[in-house]
Amino acid sequence: MKAYDLIIIGGGPAGLAAAVAARDNGIESILILERDKQLGGILNQCIHNGFGLHTFKEELTGPEYAARFIEQVKERKIEYKLNTMVMDISHEKVVTAMNREEGMILLQAKAVILAMGCRERSRGALNIPGYRPAGIYSAGTAQRLVNMEGYMPGREVVILGSGDIGLIMARRMTLEGAKVKVVAELMPYSGGLKRNIVQCLNDFDIPLKLSHTVVDIEGKDRVKAVTIAEVGPDRRPIPGTEERYECDTLLLSCGLIPENELSKSAGVDLSPITSGPIVNDSLETNIDGVFACGNVLHVHDLVDYVSQEAGTAGKNAAAYIKEGKTADAKTVEILPVDGVRYTVPKYIRPTEMEDTLTVRFRVGDVYKNCAIATYFDDELISKRKRPVMAPGEMEQVILQKSKLADYPDLKHITIKIEEA
Amino acid sequence: METRELTCIGCPLGCALTVTMNGKEVVEVKGNTCKKGDIYARKEVTNPTRIVTTTVRVSGGAAPMINVKTQSDIPKDKIFECVAALKGVTIQAPVAIGDVVLENVAGTGVNIVAAGAVEAA
Repeated sequence: MKAYDLIIIGGGPAGLAAAVAARDNGIESILILERDKQLGGILNQCIHNGFGLHTFKEELTGPEYAARFIEQVKERKIEYKLNTMVMDISHEKVVTAMNREEGMILLQAKAVILAMGCRERSRGALNIPGYRPAGIYSAGTAQRLVNMEGYMPGREVVILGSGDIGLIMARRMTLEGAKVKVVAELMPYSGGLKRNIVQCLNDFDIPLKLSHTVVDIEGKDRVKAVTIAEVGPDRRPIPGTEERYECDTLLLSCGLIPENELSKSAGVDLSPITSGPIVNDSLETNIDGVFACGNVLHVHDLVDYVSQEAGTAGKNAAAYIKEGKTADAKTVEILPVDGVRYTVPKYIRPTEMEDTLTVRFRVGDVYKNCAIATYFDDELISKRKRPVMAPGEMEQVILQKSKLADYPDLKHITIKIEEA
Repeated sequence: METRELTCIGCPLGCALTVTMNGKEVVEVKGNTCKKGDIYARKEVTNPTRIVTTTVRVSGGAAPMINVKTQSDIPKDKIFECVAALKGVTIQAPVAIGDVVLENVAGTGVNIVAAGAVEAA
């Protein structure tokens, strides 16, 4: 069985940045496994600009941002296999993969980085009533068809969900000559970035209907019409508010779910909130030597944060490989309460952590003029004012190792939203 | 004096901007957290512009489509003309990031450049 020090599952932004960081921290034997025919992952279909503002201080398109990291991987001669699907990761870190040239292959790893990304919530998971005709796509599928394959999925479009992919596709379909009639959003606020509301909807006079959902899909072979209705505070349709839109296409942009089938079979504990692995400050899962980063860990708003996080995972995987084991250290749990839905990481080891640690999370509602408060047990440690926080955007708290050293008996850290 | 409320598109923060105008002259920009917001607000109320990204077909390449973009921002009202000008364009692989795909798109003086790479098949 062929053996590697580090096997990275996924060659998207997370996998690429993790590989570069692991190599730069002294690991020679690295293999990236990618199921698509090219590296870069979802960035290859994200042809809009706005990527890399933090990392490169300029606005790049998805393929441009991916190219910067692919170049770094190639410069370092890091090995990768394309068109290769990982089937299983065992407890002993034996990775079973498959491709056309080699058939089924077994690879032994000392450490594994999970970087499989996420997938879109499908119609089946949304319980939308009505017929099941052709013409219903997830927004990301439509994005791939238009931007990479060169096909138009339809001409008259209704979009359900105002996540960023839905907003981006509203503009994209419009530019390609389609008529986007409406974007309906179940929640009373958009799940996407504010800038995308402006430049993808407002620029093209596409209406956004908040607190609305799809209540019927018509058409036997192809979508003929979609009916949307307003929903009340209980998110149930209000009778009498139905509006019917004739269209041939319905795009769904209703949330992303980390893709953790492999993690589950490997025995990785998952968070019921993020659907991603539960990790400590080194982004290590409950299985020693198995790390996670990027959208497989929790869905990010910006790829820049994915790259940063993946760099941390790569560096820590390198340290694990050199040490041969996970350090045995005291663990402190971070408790997300009062509006904070979860934190990544969930556990920190005050003696092992980096000098500063970025804890990322999302809030559960829209908060105006509030503050993010951090407590060490019952003592308020920091409070940072935030004019607006929304579930569509990630928030962060930075923990200092030196500060934690002053609290040797610390039981837990609490992060919550408070009045400013 | 009149005021206009804008959302900055300079970065994902999406600052809420208030622009005070005296006729066509910008008197003051408020609500921005960086210089980008000020520049965006002044442009948006006088001559709004956007970077346009789209795709064109590739022949003889490893992929059928390639990501292209305007090298700098173009007037907002030229977006559709820009995309229309690229409708019939097919470029020959290999294409590298930064290659000029079309010069002076829609009379804007701005070039369309490749924003992705496609190797020859």
